Amino acid sequence: MSNVSTAEFGAPDFDAIVVGAGPAGAAAALELARAGRKVCLVERGPFPGSKNMYGGVVYGRILDTLLPNWWEEAPVQRWVTRRQTMILTETAATTLDVRNEAWGRPPYNGATAYRPDFDSWLAQKAVDAGAVLVCSTTVTGLLRKDGLADGPVVGVRTDRPDGDLTAKVVIACDGVNSFLAKEAGLYPEVDPANYTVGVKETIALPREVIDERFGVRGDHGVDIEILGCTGDIPGGGFVYTNTDTVAVGLVLSLPALAKGELRPEQLLARLKAHPAVAPLVEGGDVKEYSAHVIPEAGFDMMPELIGDGILVAGDAAAMCLAAGIWLEGVNFAIGSGAAAGRAAARAVQRNDTSAAGLEGYRSRLESSFVLADHRRLRDAPHLVMGELAQQKMPRIVNGVMEDLFTVTNPDPKPRLRAVVRKQMKRHGVKWRDAVKDGLRAARTFG
Amino acid sequence: MAEPTHYPELSFESRMDSVEFRIAEQAHIVVDDRICADCSTRGCVVACPANLFVPTAAGGILFNYEQCFECGTCYLVCNEEGAISWSYPEGGHGVVFHRS
Repeated sequence: MSNVSTAEFGAPDFDAIVVGAGPAGAAAALELARAGRKVCLVERGPFPGSKNMYGGVVYGRILDTLLPNWWEEAPVQRWVTRRQTMILTETAATTLDVRNEAWGRPPYNGATAYRPDFDSWLAQKAVDAGAVLVCSTTVTGLLRKDGLADGPVVGVRTDRPDGDLTAKVVIACDGVNSFLAKEAGLYPEVDPANYTVGVKETIALPREVIDERFGVRGDHGVDIEILGCTGDIPGGGFVYTNTDTVAVGLVLSLPALAKGELRPEQLLARLKAHPAVAPLVEGGDVKEYSAHVIPEAGFDMMPELIGDGILVAGDAAAMCLAAGIWLEGVNFAIGSGAAAGRAAARAVQRNDTSAAGLEGYRSRLESSFVLADHRRLRDAPHLVMGELAQQKMPRIVNGVMEDLFTVTNPDPKPRLRAVVRKQMKRHGVKWRDAVKDGLRAARTFG
Repeated sequence: MAEPTHYPELSFESRMDSVEFRIAEQAHIVVDDRICADCSTRGCVVACPANLFVPTAAGGILFNYEQCFECGTCYLVCNEEGAISWSYPEGGHGVVFHRS
């Protein structure tokens, strides 16, 4: 695209072009439109959210300032009032089960939603504020000033006839594969080890059946995160409830998946057959199968966030947080997108959309949860995807539980210390290594 | 883990039939299977969630773009420079999720 010459005369078509109408793009366009800027939101799918899937929960606090009382109208499936972390071996499960009724009342905490519904709703807020939404249009490259390969970004080329669009700033919210951030030279290298692929089935079940299986009522729902369910492949699983469907899925490290024997849907079939999971998900029709790549490594894989005439937000900037007990993405997308929109609006107002003029984006991110959480938890994805957490810890935890709760009369009860020592030895974990990873975890989460 | 007993697992075809694809006329992914012929790893074959990469008897790879999730797994796991040319489908085409 470097040789494309751009509109050299007259004003650009827009103040800003936002590429991708997911949560990051919609939030960016919303903030730009509210600041009175002329903004175009370009989406390659036929409607916002049509290309998007995720592992289940939208955390709404980030919406409070953007859209007060958002919960009165957001297209939510269920409010998550029960969340579980489940640790599996082939035949056993140990589960941390947390309930909180406060999460089922305004202002709520997390919600399950269908992304096509949620993303369309959020993008409509940008449109209501004055953004121009153009769907069914794929951006195929960047336009550079005077057609110079490393010139400032001055717009995008689309696959529409005469489809060049010019602007003072482009915000790349084009998802995990972000060809725009790569074309802009903001990604130094792409390492497959930083990525996972998520696969998911959405299974129809009657609402009452879901209420009964998951132990919830009304519009309350459940989110279950699962460790130890992906065989030799680093990853995890999830089950969560919508109103009248249940979603079950896996997240799988790409290099290990590619080297292994089993395909994603075969691994998913094993999870669905597990004695702790089967009673929750069995029997219904699969309404939709879906797959999406996830930027798993967080802070350590982030691209440069700012270039001349361009900002990167959402999954395109690896803003997805995969930190073990916290698995979040939509909120980070909205947070980074809104910050990009505000920084871009300010830069346009000051008539300086160079990298220096856009630097406000970074300071906004640094002073919010988006980069604060990512920076603090930068080691978490590595810890969670490591051999100890993935392969050994689930066996030790379930082994200890088995030894503690299997009554061995007439033998006396074992001591906890002896049980832990025995299980660690059986699974080849030395105290030294356990302490080392324990300290790493304490530094990250403590 | 135990294989499922009470509820037989969905066939791959029915699994993919649950997904809407608005198929573009032009392929958005092109596989140069002369390069694949020299590849011994072939991570794409096992990793592609849509099972779009099929080894042929002749030692190449048969690829079909039509039921692609546009996830990017194939090019990320590909070891062979230039084997997979990957872009997004024409606007409005490709996978369309409704309940994901």
